Amino acid sequence: MITSFEDVICSFCGCLCDDLAVEVEDDKVTKVRHSCRLGANKLMGHERIKAPMVRAGEDLKEVSYQEAYDRAAEILLCAKHPLLYGWASTVCEAQKKGILLAEEVGGIIDSTATVCHGPSIMGIEEKGMAGATLGQIKNRADLVIFWGCNPAEAHPRHTLRYSSNVCGRFTADGRGCKNVVVVDVRETKSSKNANKFVLIKPGTDYEVITALRLLVASKDDMVPDEVGGVSKKDLAEVVQVMKASKFGVLFFGLGLTHSRGRSKNIDNALSLVAELNAHTKFVVMPMRGHYNVGGMGQVAAWETGFPMSIDFARGQAYFNPGETAACEVLGHKEVDATLVVAADPASNFPRSIVDNLANMPVIQVDPYQNPTTLLADVVIPSAIAGIEAEGTAYRMDGLALRMKKLVNSPFPSDEEVIGHIIESVRRLKGTVSCNDKEA
Amino acid sequence: MIIRGGIVYDPANGIFGEEMDLCIDNGRIVEDAKGEVIDASGLLVMPGGVDAHSHIAGPKVNTGRIMSPGDSRMGTEPKTAVCRPSTGYTVPNCYAMGYRYARMGYTTAFEAATPIIESRHTHEELEEIPIIDKGALTLFGSNWEVMECVRDKDISKLAAYISWGLRASRGYGVKIVNPGGGEAWGFGSNVKGLYDPVPNFDVTPAEIIRALAQANEMLQLPHSIHLHFNNVGKPGNYTTAIETLELLKDIKPSRMRQIVHVAHMQFSAYGGTSWRDFDSQAPVIADYYNTHNHATMDLGQIIFGNATTMTADAPLEYGNARLLHAKWSNHDIELEESSGVVPLIYGRKMPINAIQWAIGLELALLTKDPWKVLMTTDHPNGGPFVNYPEVIALLMSKAKRAEEIATVHELVTKRTTLPGIEREMDWNDITIMTRAAPARVLGLEDKGHLGPGADADISIYNLKPEEVDPSKDYKLVKNALSLAKYTIKSGQVVSIDGEITATPEGKTYWVDAAVPKADMDRLMIDLKAKFERYYSIKMSNYMVQDAYVTRPMVIKTGEQVSEAVQ
Repeated sequence: MITSFEDVICSFCGCLCDDLAVEVEDDKVTKVRHSCRLGANKLMGHERIKAPMVRAGEDLKEVSYQEAYDRAAEILLCAKHPLLYGWASTVCEAQKKGILLAEEVGGIIDSTATVCHGPSIMGIEEKGMAGATLGQIKNRADLVIFWGCNPAEAHPRHTLRYSSNVCGRFTADGRGCKNVVVVDVRETKSSKNANKFVLIKPGTDYEVITALRLLVASKDDMVPDEVGGVSKKDLAEVVQVMKASKFGVLFFGLGLTHSRGRSKNIDNALSLVAELNAHTKFVVMPMRGHYNVGGMGQVAAWETGFPMSIDFARGQAYFNPGETAACEVLGHKEVDATLVVAADPASNFPRSIVDNLANMPVIQVDPYQNPTTLLADVVIPSAIAGIEAEGTAYRMDGLALRMKKLVNSPFPSDEEVIGHIIESVRRLKGTVSCNDKEA
Repeated sequence: MIIRGGIVYDPANGIFGEEMDLCIDNGRIVEDAKGEVIDASGLLVMPGGVDAHSHIAGPKVNTGRIMSPGDSRMGTEPKTAVCRPSTGYTVPNCYAMGYRYARMGYTTAFEAATPIIESRHTHEELEEIPIIDKGALTLFGSNWEVMECVRDKDISKLAAYISWGLRASRGYGVKIVNPGGGEAWGFGSNVKGLYDPVPNFDVTPAEIIRALAQANEMLQLPHSIHLHFNNVGKPGNYTTAIETLELLKDIKPSRMRQIVHVAHMQFSAYGGTSWRDFDSQAPVIADYYNTHNHATMDLGQIIFGNATTMTADAPLEYGNARLLHAKWSNHDIELEESSGVVPLIYGRKMPINAIQWAIGLELALLTKDPWKVLMTTDHPNGGPFVNYPEVIALLMSKAKRAEEIATVHELVTKRTTLPGIEREMDWNDITIMTRAAPARVLGLEDKGHLGPGADADISIYNLKPEEVDPSKDYKLVKNALSLAKYTIKSGQVVSIDGEITATPEGKTYWVDAAVPKADMDRLMIDLKAKFERYYSIKMSNYMVQDAYVTRPMVIKTGEQVSEAVQ
């Protein structure tokens, strides 16, 4: 029998498109409409981890869920300072449990934002952020700037649903009534959609933003003839377009957060937008990648006071991202066991850090096999949040939506898995004998 | 449970400091009970504190946390056998909110502003706040559907929208912030007064406020409209305050309560034409309250030191940020609102801040009827709620005020009347301003008093009212009120001498107001079009699902109540 679902929320990227139509037959997604290819691909599913596994020598051996939970608990209890990492591709309910587990075992909890928009959050800590919901932008923005991001390929429906190519109340002509500016170090599919493409030299974002700020402040004489490979005339033209707009928006991506300057680039961009508000209406937004990486920042902030990189070793929340972020603590061998939930650090972290990860006990909770599985000592397969399990996710603009359950799954949800590990930790505390190789 | 021998203040039931026993059974006050006995001999006993206006949950509170890690560091406390770790001073984490209210003897707090579309987030945080009962007021003041109903003079459809919006947000009442200004801010402007038209909508703030008040009474909501005036925080704005109050005085209340509750009046009692000649007009406001009975207010008292201002009055926050060169967060919300967050420091030697501080106290002391004035700091806008005992000590002691006045900027003596005010409040006044009145203003029938059937929310303080003179012993008063001897929530002891002993989960109040089907049908035509064209999400994904309010306390009202009466 075919069951149809309307208004399904996509669990791929930070756009959280909520207009998908999905058909399900025999607990399998058979058809996905309205989504982009990235989203459809995720919803249609692919090869899964079939059963919980625990490493025995070179091989991973299938075990019962309870054995896997207990082994995971033993590893966390024996660790002096465990890291609980990932959390971006799962729902808030699982993230909350993750924070409770970190408190229980005195660990560090960090999300994939640490290698993604972490610098954006640090920029916000310096300056605050003048933002808006995506619907506000849809209805009002007549100037859309994409800086160091490529929505056409990374967030394929962003332009059509929210930004440059959508109609709204005060933007009835859609693309026709909007100016689109793309700033990047190379031509992209997105730059082809632009009215103006500003090609800058790699690593010069900070200088270019500073020049724009000076021009906004009418301190033209302080700007050299060329900045970051862009002529002063071109920059002045951008500023003119900015000031002439009724409602401008700056979307930025990893091209800005991870080029030279990092959090200071964001600090500078946020300042530019704040200053533009003296002339017109202007807002700014990071293009968040994983569908609920924003949610982890929100959950962590209301539960612990801090958005990421939180250390509970002292029994209280301690946050110092240059010290307590995942890459730092793995690089310094500050942690001695890692739980990875809904992420793949083996693919995304620098080589030397992955080496360190390979030399410590690793627990993986994920629906899918990925390179992290290869170095895991305990592997616990889970249901796919947003397809096989309900829960909350936060869109890139901070809007919370409830992900639907479309199919039944033989696997427990991430929330349930972490809950069971907490139970095992509480039951086994004080009874585990640790073979501490380093001691 | 029996609480033995306390000196009980329960002004709602005409009990003004009588030695009596309180009996509790099944979470409520009863005539007679058995079981555990708590010895409160001679100690001050009140109903649990009720905060009717506080920013404790939702997107802007979390924005305050994210943009200020330094604030989170300030309030760090480790976990205990029953408590999760705490952080924050002006923007505590969810757990600290519950623990700190409970330690002070407070058992109920209402979030003062949630945008409908972002209420899922608000409830996610409310659910995590332990111990206290709570609710959230829903924002309607710059909403497109509201303004279109007002423009069309269709109060029935507006009532239907309020009903729908409260259900969609699982909200408790109608909050209005700088009406029309949130929409104007969508293109970077503001409305300047009650009769300044909202761009593109052909309505004025005055029309929005009156229509929402009328619809509020049509629905017989337990709470009145809850209004943050236009021009909040600007010199000379007391005229807007009086003008707005005058606008509402002829509306008939549907319940035994005010027609309008004014939020954080301190920020709206300003004279002068600029910050240069800025002065207090609190006496004018208090005089108005002393001669009119249709309005209540909360103070929005300023506390010297760190604060985080957060409000749906986005242009105000932009102004704050520009004035102070402070960091600034803004968040516009499609079709509904805008908002902003700016952390700042109130300095006792800053003339403006010192005058603001005096204005809050003047309002409380010059308004004769304590039932009209709720004690708040508009947490964390005027300062964090943990400072309530400081405010109470100031209200109860002229000597304490004199001691403080000696340390603040001298303009307080020229631009305010505070130094000359003799009034010292007593425990009845304080119990009313912090318990009985907020419960009555919100329409919470089982809160704020200790009569049979009331929720057994009780605070017992380590202070003997028959021995202590608050006028002289103000330090003792402040210390005693900061850490309750016992806080009892729904009949359970949750805090002893400031140490949390249990963390039960509180209820969330929301209002289900019924309207005629024909009005709802007409409304749905509008809303369907708005979701098709303007919202960025589908209507089916918009409503807050039951999963986000796991311990609901639903107050039914509107047509269903009228029918029952007939």
